[in-house]
Amino acid sequence: MRIRLSVLVNNEYGVLSRVANLFAARGYNIESLNVAPTHDEGVSRMTIVVEGEKEIVEQIEKQLNRMVNCLKVINLNDQPAVERELVLIKMHTNDTNRAEILRITDIFRGNIVDLSPESYTIAISGDSGKINAVISLLRSFGIKEIARTGLAALTRELKTN
Amino acid sequence: MKGYNIIVESLKKEGVDTIFGYPGGAIMAIDDALMDEKEIHYILARHEQGATHEADGYARATGKVGVVLATSGPGATNTITGIATAYMDSVPLVVLTGQVPTTLIGNDAFQEADTVGISRPCTKHNFLVKDVTELARTIKEAFYIAKSGKPGPVLIDLPKDVILGESRFVYPKNVKLSGYNPTTKGNPHQIEKVTKALLESKKPLLYIGGGAISSNASGQIAQLANRLQIPVFVTLMGQGAFDPESELFLGMAGMHGTYSSNMAIQNCDFLFSLGARFDDRITGKLDEFAARAKIAHIDVDPVSIGKNVITEYPIVGDLKNVLDQILEVMERIAEPVDFYKSKYKKWLETVNRWKTEHRLDYKKNPDVIKPQQAISCLSDILAGKNPIIAVGVGQHQMWAPQYMKLSRPRSFLTSGGLGTMGYGLPAAIGAQTAYKDRIVVDIDGDGSFQMNIQELATIVQEKLKLKIMIINNRYLGMVRQWQNLFFNNRYAHTDMTFQPDFVKVADAYGIEAGRVSKPDELNKAIRTMVEYDGAYLLDVIVDRLENVYPMVPSGAPLDRMILV
Repeated sequence: MRIRLSVLVNNEYGVLSRVANLFAARGYNIESLNVAPTHDEGVSRMTIVVEGEKEIVEQIEKQLNRMVNCLKVINLNDQPAVERELVLIKMHTNDTNRAEILRITDIFRGNIVDLSPESYTIAISGDSGKINAVISLLRSFGIKEIARTGLAALTRELKTN
Repeated sequence: MKGYNIIVESLKKEGVDTIFGYPGGAIMAIDDALMDEKEIHYILARHEQGATHEADGYARATGKVGVVLATSGPGATNTITGIATAYMDSVPLVVLTGQVPTTLIGNDAFQEADTVGISRPCTKHNFLVKDVTELARTIKEAFYIAKSGKPGPVLIDLPKDVILGESRFVYPKNVKLSGYNPTTKGNPHQIEKVTKALLESKKPLLYIGGGAISSNASGQIAQLANRLQIPVFVTLMGQGAFDPESELFLGMAGMHGTYSSNMAIQNCDFLFSLGARFDDRITGKLDEFAARAKIAHIDVDPVSIGKNVITEYPIVGDLKNVLDQILEVMERIAEPVDFYKSKYKKWLETVNRWKTEHRLDYKKNPDVIKPQQAISCLSDILAGKNPIIAVGVGQHQMWAPQYMKLSRPRSFLTSGGLGTMGYGLPAAIGAQTAYKDRIVVDIDGDGSFQMNIQELATIVQEKLKLKIMIINNRYLGMVRQWQNLFFNNRYAHTDMTFQPDFVKVADAYGIEAGRVSKPDELNKAIRTMVEYDGAYLLDVIVDRLENVYPMVPSGAPLDRMILV
């Protein structure tokens, strides 16, 4: 199953490698990984998306908890969370497709953040489903390059169903 | 103060009295600082793997943190097998490795290796010290991490410019690690629950692992077992944690465990794991392991709980503390001893019947020494002498716990988890260094012995009175046994007929030695070894084709043992 973990770690060298190794040692491929400092400079949040067996990932969670420079592990599959991803998509453009690309960008509430006579670079944020949808819609117009941030997520405060 | 002096002063603050090491370019300033140091004894190994196992043997025998000092590059990589060995068996080590100067890291400099990268998966934690001002704090943290919670090896990588740097020396009083707070006491609610379940069970069984040794809990375990009159078995790592003469004691369980232990596991209704981790060498086929039992598990490491078996009663905490808590609850709610004597009478009778039905046994032969016979004989001669036994890996590693009566914790040193051949000799050296007056015997295989044979020089240099008893069958016996049972007697690459004359090897190092091959001379030969006032190597030529039994074939359930 697809498992999303939010992990607070000390903002130090070697931590990323340590975390990644727990997955690599089992032959698990990390689907996406987002790391950046939090409001506390000494602490970084990692959001990890990985495909794996539930029991094995539970084992990895325990091992993360055991790590000296890991502060907290939250399994986002267990609780409601807000999730966002940002994608930058560089499109091949010409006179016939510019209008349609712009329209799709508008519908998905994206912005054109860079342009040239032959290209648009679009920035769109949303959950992974939305990002996947916009990529599949734009694909036929000719995507030049893509950069995705991977998932960033926080748990919701009000745990209503 | 200079970096190298900060290191030495910090080690002294941690109470380090012995360092095992091997010098080299990147760390020679630390060696230099240690040369005139009175409080710390430096032991020069002959290989960094030897140094690491020596520190490991020292740590296991004493309960203190073992310290290793090795240089950068090959010095550091040579420690890795020793570190991985300690990691698997939860042995506290602090390994100090030299590193090329910070400005050269990543440049493929001479004797450079990515030591923190290489050691990361086999250390509890590791550090690269990038600034001399961080040295003291890092060493403080390393010792704290190594010995607290589930103990383990911690590596500190020390670039040459940091070692030579200059800073004010202030040794921190406390450690602040916000992400590291090992649980020491058990949850009181869980303690209450597990105690009730234990008292209500009809066929309880205690399962004692290495955690009992590392948390010094054997007193509490004896109290618990005796109070309730319930049987006990140990793992390879739990040897010495329970009195082998007690009628409650079943011996070792698992692949080469006793019939009674394995049968008790398969038939008990409450299996209480005390610092053991349900290793595959213990459980046999998992689905059929202790299928009739509810399982309770005390472990300081939450990762070990519920990893292999479904655990009804998990308790995270230091075993000794948790058992104190359980004994306290028991005093409040348990019936008097006589009640349990009669309650568990039938269960104990059943277990004792298994004990007498199939005792550990072997067939003697008047012409050739049986390996079991040699170990039994050593055990008899050492009775009451409080020995420390170290072993290598293979058949002799199984015969030793089967036939040695080990009645004290920290008296049996073995690479249980990683199964590192060549562990025995250096581990014995480490233990002997700490206990100069106790008798320390390395019971070794001829294969294992050759893997760290260079450490004979360390024995001589340190004037240790270490005894080495080689169970010599000129085979890699355990693999040969598997070839015998599962590979149609094709002894691929296990025949070690060519070997040096070990007596002459010992002689070349200046170590007294003898050889024995006749059963009627065995007792005298072992006695000579034990009584000799100095290091002694005894080469015991044994039956080449003896197998270790009982044996549960890999992947079979525990009650399907091959008995003899």
